[in-house]
Amino acid sequence: MNIHEYQAKQLLAQYGVAVPPGDVCSTPDQARAVAEKLFAEGNKLVVVKSQIHAGGRGKGTFKSGFQGGVKLCKNAEDVFEKAKAMLGQTLVTKQTGPEGRVVGKLLVTAGQDIKKEFYLAVLLDRATSRPLIMASTEGGMDIEEVAEKHPEKIIKEQIDPAVGIMPYQARKIASALGLKGDAFNSGVKLLMGVYKTWWECDASMVEINPLCIIVGADGKETLSAVDAKIGLDDNALYRHKNIQEMRDLAEEAPLEIEASKFNLNYIKLDGSIACLVNGAGLAMATMDIIQHFGAMPANFLDVGGGASKEQVTAAFKIILQDPNVKGILVNIFGGIMDCNVIATGIVAAVKETHLNLPLVVRLEGNNVIAGKKTLAESGLTLITGDTMADAAQKVVKAVGK
Amino acid sequence: MAILVKPNTKVLVQGITGSFGARHAQLSIDYGTAVVAGVTPGKGGQFFEHGGKKVPIFDTVAEAVKQTGATASAVFVPPAFCADAILEGADAGLDLVVAITEGIPVNDMVKVKRAMEGKRTRLIGPNCPGIVTPGEGKDSHGGCRIGIAPGYIHKKGNIGVVSRSGTLTYEAVWQLTSRGVGQSTCVGIGGDPVNGTSHLDVIKLFNDDPETTGIIMIGEIGGSAEEEAAEWIAKNCKKPVAGFIAGTTAPPGRRMGHAGAIVSGGKGTAEAKIAAFKAAGIGVAVTPSDMADTLLKMM
Repeated sequence: MNIHEYQAKQLLAQYGVAVPPGDVCSTPDQARAVAEKLFAEGNKLVVVKSQIHAGGRGKGTFKSGFQGGVKLCKNAEDVFEKAKAMLGQTLVTKQTGPEGRVVGKLLVTAGQDIKKEFYLAVLLDRATSRPLIMASTEGGMDIEEVAEKHPEKIIKEQIDPAVGIMPYQARKIASALGLKGDAFNSGVKLLMGVYKTWWECDASMVEINPLCIIVGADGKETLSAVDAKIGLDDNALYRHKNIQEMRDLAEEAPLEIEASKFNLNYIKLDGSIACLVNGAGLAMATMDIIQHFGAMPANFLDVGGGASKEQVTAAFKIILQDPNVKGILVNIFGGIMDCNVIATGIVAAVKETHLNLPLVVRLEGNNVIAGKKTLAESGLTLITGDTMADAAQKVVKAVGK
Repeated sequence: MAILVKPNTKVLVQGITGSFGARHAQLSIDYGTAVVAGVTPGKGGQFFEHGGKKVPIFDTVAEAVKQTGATASAVFVPPAFCADAILEGADAGLDLVVAITEGIPVNDMVKVKRAMEGKRTRLIGPNCPGIVTPGEGKDSHGGCRIGIAPGYIHKKGNIGVVSRSGTLTYEAVWQLTSRGVGQSTCVGIGGDPVNGTSHLDVIKLFNDDPETTGIIMIGEIGGSAEEEAAEWIAKNCKKPVAGFIAGTTAPPGRRMGHAGAIVSGGKGTAEAKIAAFKAAGIGVAVTPSDMADTLLKMM
């Protein structure tokens, strides 16, 4: 699960990580009130940031024509105007796709005096199965680009999960980033807090980009998480009630939400051939074989190991809501599950949805003969395939590609 | 010989009284596997009865091992309690713990993996179909089945299969069996980002197993375990290896069902894995329908 920047900063702040002062707003009036408070506290600039689950906001464009999802303002009236231009509008960035995302909330935050920018992330290193802290002096930049062009500029520190982060490890990173004096001490505290956030919230990733040295009114240098992104491990959400409440359904595809209600794992794609498969690996492989034979898959759909008749019907209904779908491929390897139960489910679903698109079914496994008989005797005009390749070729041919 | 488990391996089932664990314990007993004990805390002293067999239930794995001599375990306990169950198996000195459970928090597995360092117990999974070493009987009856794979699709023979995906393993096994080619052992290592045994660990075992003459390795997007295995195979493997990588069409940044199946930051793509396979001399099946044929052509 992903959360918004303002929510990520709330979590980080709970673990002692310094973030710029500010608040989340959902009306222009609220934005003005927050801005007035920030200006009254002595801030010279206020930043208005669109809250969507996608990067590239600053360089994005609203469908209204308004440029930029992040704006720097010098007075509260300006904040009000910018908030009015952004709220309720659809922002398109390089990560949202052409459909964009509707901005429902804004983070109104102090524009601090930034002296230097860094990159910081905590993630799981899959090769070692241990947590890894990554930092770089190249803040604000795309870390993948830095990794490719200047791998020497990436600092890596592995954490032993039996011990957790030790202060010396934070000091090593702070030193490698070239932090000195107040900034060094502030950096160590921040690093400890960012790691703690990652571990205790069961995050899959915490990314602070940029992490900034800011200069206070007193001239003191401290570290601040000026932007923050947190992804969370879905498997661990059950033990974080507070984080579950941060889920924003507006950021998720409606069909994917609908599918999750039936314990179906559905991801919408752009192709024309829908697939319904049991097992994640087989579902991916089914998408691949559709492409191999010249068409593109419309979705990933794993009905799981013990699919019921109800789930199969729900799956058909979800698939058919995608207007791009021109044909359907069902690929079931019923190892333990009874192929006849699946066949009965398919027949019921086809009848209930009045399906009039080409349907190719490949069944294999337990009680497959009875399953094939059920399909044959159903009176439906469906096509059967013997192997995955046979079925994929037939569905691609049927949609006329 | 097979690897990891033999037809006579004594197996205990952790979570044997839950509906999922019970069903698959029954299927393993039907397959002829030596299921000698069940563990459900608080139900020690009761029996799990199926097909005329009475399997004793114990409160702890340690007690089950002591009383029955079980050396391997199938873990079916719910995700929130699974890390504890795996480590209980390791503490009891089992040779093998096979965690079937899907949905264990990643950080729990990070802790489990760290805690098992230096221990004699091997963990397979989690989020996996388990292991099958086919038996001599009809439809491979009499083999060792730990987990949820359909036993009858197997056939005793000489091909080793290792995969991150359950149903793709069955697909490969069925392709082999349909062509009259049997398997030494089939291992599902699981679809999670942190797992106990890697592709490479299993490939090494197959390489050392005199009964295994060829290997099918099935991977998918995410991580770099397939690349690591390919690198080792290029230098050390004495046996033909064919492979398939699922997820060429998967969009980056999306988790494709398995928690570990995700292309993130441009890493873990199907293209990179297929390229690594080719560079290592591994036969790449162009479609998942060609896994068995690709290997058989190399042999």
